[in-house]
Amino acid sequence: MNQSEWPLWEVFIRSKQGLDHKHVGSLHAADATMAVQNARDVYTRRLEGVSIWVVESKHIHASNPDDSEAFFDPAADKVYRHPTFYEVPESIKHM
Amino acid sequence: METLEQVLTPEEQFQARIDADVRIEPKDWMPDAYRKTLIRQISQHAHSELVGMLPEGNWITRAPSLKRKSILLAKVQDEAGHGLYLYSAAETLGTTRDQMLADLHSGKAKYSSIFNYPTLSWADMGCVGWLVDGAAILNQVPLCRTSYGPYARAMVRVCKEESFHQRQGFEVMQTLCEGAPEQKAMAQEALNRWWWPTLMMFGPKDADSPNTEQSMKWRIKRFTNDELRQKFVDMMVPQAEFLGLTVPDPLVKWNEERQAYDFGEVNWDEFWAVVKGNGLCNHERLQARVDAHEEGAWVREAANAHAAKRAARGAAVAA
Repeated sequence: MNQSEWPLWEVFIRSKQGLDHKHVGSLHAADATMAVQNARDVYTRRLEGVSIWVVESKHIHASNPDDSEAFFDPAADKVYRHPTFYEVPESIKHM
Repeated sequence: METLEQVLTPEEQFQARIDADVRIEPKDWMPDAYRKTLIRQISQHAHSELVGMLPEGNWITRAPSLKRKSILLAKVQDEAGHGLYLYSAAETLGTTRDQMLADLHSGKAKYSSIFNYPTLSWADMGCVGWLVDGAAILNQVPLCRTSYGPYARAMVRVCKEESFHQRQGFEVMQTLCEGAPEQKAMAQEALNRWWWPTLMMFGPKDADSPNTEQSMKWRIKRFTNDELRQKFVDMMVPQAEFLGLTVPDPLVKWNEERQAYDFGEVNWDEFWAVVKGNGLCNHERLQARVDAHEEGAWVREAANAHAAKRAARGAAVAA
């Protein structure tokens, strides 16, 4: 029954120059041009953006939440990657 | 070493995350009933935004000034946008847009009963903004912290936009109340019509709302229907007084002990009649939706054909 449904697109918006594009939601559109136009109408009615990216949702590949422990936890015990791990003598400035 | 997680069932782990206020995201494991409840609630919410355009759309061509017309157009466009944010959030749970629309059009899915009441005069536009959107905001603000991430994020957007809706409605009422006696009478009549249906927007009494307990446990809901209804009355009675209008309930009275207003009982027979499809405009609203969908079919098909043609042309150039 989904034959007639337009494809789903994910929408990313740059809120102002100098900031990165951020995911804001999704919408349906027949093609990329229409997706950008629809994103303008749906997600930027109040000057929320200066640039829009759209990506057809089927092209997004995501990490699996079931694997997130094995995937992300190895970073948890490497405190030496953070500057606060190191003690700097009080008399040392500019470090 | 056996961790706590290993001895908990998936349901218990899920509830533990909810209790710790960790948001649930689309690909996370969730109980089927949680998914079903959310699909029902979010799609009903989306349908309400969509059908909610109709009573106000009724007044766009008859707005009393260009300013009011521009405001009303912007507001109705927002309602369409809110519907789209919410449909997208529901789709992350595995349902489709086509399925949700089919359920709306067949009458299987519900939408807020408030939109089954007619908008008879311009003052009703004031009441829809001031009262109906005011009630919607009370319902929606706690939903910005609901446990399902995409729903909460959609609600943050909706709430940001909704406060303009309420303020413009209040301004319409205030303008009428400061106008000629006939205009003020019009405002009072509209308040008389909308007061009780708005109180019904919060849903049945807690005692008659079997889903509330589970929804509170899952932190989909953060307040009960009766709690929100009380908040609404406490918020609105002073605003009506400011306008010089009388809330059509002789039992409304400040209760010093409770630090809240006492108020009369909603006509629950009317509430259930409208929910079951026997309100003044149920048939008209649904028919308008079905007609819009069917009359728009050729546009959707043409856009698909155009996209396919352009894709084929692009492929031919690349080859």
